[in-house]
Amino acid sequence: MNIIVCIKQVPNTTDVRIDPVTNTLIRDGVESVINPFDAYAIEEAVRLKERCGGKVTVLTMGPPQAENALREAISLGCDEAVLVSDRKFAGSDTWATSYTLAAAIRKIGDYDIILCGKQASDGDTAQVGPGISAHLDIPQVTYVKKIEEISAEKAAVERMTEEGYDVVETPLPCLLTVVKEINTPRMPSLKGLMRAKSAKPFKWTADDIEADPAALGLDGSPTRVIKIFTPVQRKGGEILKGDTGDISKELAELLKDMVI
Amino acid sequence: MDYLITEQQTMIRDLARKIADEKIKPVAAHYDETEEFAWPIMKILAESDLFGVYLPEQYGGLGGGILDMCLVTEELSRACGGIALGYAGTGLGTLPILLHGSEEQKKKYLPDIAAGKKLAAFCITEAEAGSDAGSIKTTARKEGDKYILNGTKQWITNAGEADIYTVIASTDKTKGVRGASAFIVEKGTKGMEFGKKEKKMGIRASATREVIFTDCEVPAENLISREGMGFIIAMKTFDCSRPGVAAQAVGIAQGALDHALEYARTRVQFDVPISSFQAIQHMLADMGTQVEAARALVYATARMVDSGAKSVAKESAMAKLFASDVAMKVTTDAVQIFGGYGYMRDYPVEKYMRDAKITQIYEGTSQIQRNVIAANMIKESIKK
Repeated sequence: MNIIVCIKQVPNTTDVRIDPVTNTLIRDGVESVINPFDAYAIEEAVRLKERCGGKVTVLTMGPPQAENALREAISLGCDEAVLVSDRKFAGSDTWATSYTLAAAIRKIGDYDIILCGKQASDGDTAQVGPGISAHLDIPQVTYVKKIEEISAEKAAVERMTEEGYDVVETPLPCLLTVVKEINTPRMPSLKGLMRAKSAKPFKWTADDIEADPAALGLDGSPTRVIKIFTPVQRKGGEILKGDTGDISKELAELLKDMVI
Repeated sequence: MDYLITEQQTMIRDLARKIADEKIKPVAAHYDETEEFAWPIMKILAESDLFGVYLPEQYGGLGGGILDMCLVTEELSRACGGIALGYAGTGLGTLPILLHGSEEQKKKYLPDIAAGKKLAAFCITEAEAGSDAGSIKTTARKEGDKYILNGTKQWITNAGEADIYTVIASTDKTKGVRGASAFIVEKGTKGMEFGKKEKKMGIRASATREVIFTDCEVPAENLISREGMGFIIAMKTFDCSRPGVAAQAVGIAQGALDHALEYARTRVQFDVPISSFQAIQHMLADMGTQVEAARALVYATARMVDSGAKSVAKESAMAKLFASDVAMKVTTDAVQIFGGYGYMRDYPVEKYMRDAKITQIYEGTSQIQRNVIAANMIKESIKK
């Protein structure tokens, strides 16, 4: 089974700072780590390999230093690594990013399953995984908390919902985004760390993945971020007390005043 | 202080520290309280390849030496000296095979130990043979192609949990220490049983039990080296394992110091953090200096062992003596800095003090270490 896991390097902080002028993330002086949700995708990919055989290719799009994240993924059990990196990718929104990753996945070629974290801890959009599946025209299941069964043709997975979970069957190849409930990521191994040290990730540019230049980076990104802000917290409601008849009238007045 | 360890050793230390911080620290108090054996942690250490750091590559290890083992033991002990002993005790049980085992024995036992699939234990101590290890009463009688073991070993670390036991037993009572031999006994061998689990002052996450042999039949091929070599094998094993105990002591001391320093910076009395008092500062300064001095001696000794030096008995004894005394002193002072809180079991430092004490006792008491040191000093001076 050929497994591809897509990861992202994110700032190692829960307190993400936004540049008030450009509305982009401030990355200077912040250590980069593998997106925490992607760690579960890596672990699940390695477990699938241990269960079914095959190999795990870890893929990321990012600046040259994203190679560190790929090496960490290798230390955790991934076999091969691909970095797609090009100045032309700068300013990509989730659409352009998923287009680029899908192009890289086409170049990797033979794959049965693609795993992603449910979302990145910096942007929190949860759009890139589904975007990849759309560009590749393969089925997707999001918020997967368990892979119940998997064969060469199909997989049955548990998809987490607010009330419980759905059991979804999907043909392969498919893309799954996973939630933290799916596993407990392992510690790296020394042999993995040594393999990671000597590993040579593939480095592909826009040309290598035969991407349409117009679909890349800022030009290929339909999204424009106008403003990023924390929504004002909603105050608690007002509770009316007293005789049912009285408070009904009072409520009607209040609603009239609010012009609902 | 920078000890100029190799890139691989840095990787080993950092990984052991990560596991200690993220996996052991949160559960150390639990295992201390319940006295359970920390199998989940052993599994993590196994999957991370840490059990193989000091074993040769042809047996599935990483090709490092005693220093590598010391680095792991120290880092794990910083979080919990008891859990670390599951690891270090396996090293002690493995060393007789590594140092004196045949190629067949190494091929048979070391790969599973390197992979962490099996833990090991070393059995020498008996009720009446502690410091006087030569007076062991366990016997091994040869009958055809096997040895029949009879006797009871006491206070055996990892007993019941380990799969591989190296056992010192007498094959010829008339020869005293020269009649002792070393055997490999696998758990499950008929006639081998485990006694009750001891309740201990410290290192409570570590399993300590009797190992009882009653007409226990061991294949003759499980004899390590040859008959009569048992005591020499035990002493050579201790020469290599004592830096490990010393590393455990350094780790325990460092762990207590880390807590004391953090507490001193945050504990406010008389409207200021107590770290602003010279009385506390001088204690911290002494503790830091002592820990660093102990670490330097341990690493230097481990490097000497790894260099293949012919005799390391004196240096190993010095490292264990010094580091274990430092551990006792520093952990006691850490409790002192915590004051009343330090005495309470809700706070982590009293455990370090309880854990430290054993390092002055096992694998040769501090008094026995002094005997070894002095005997070697006198021997060396006669040779000059």
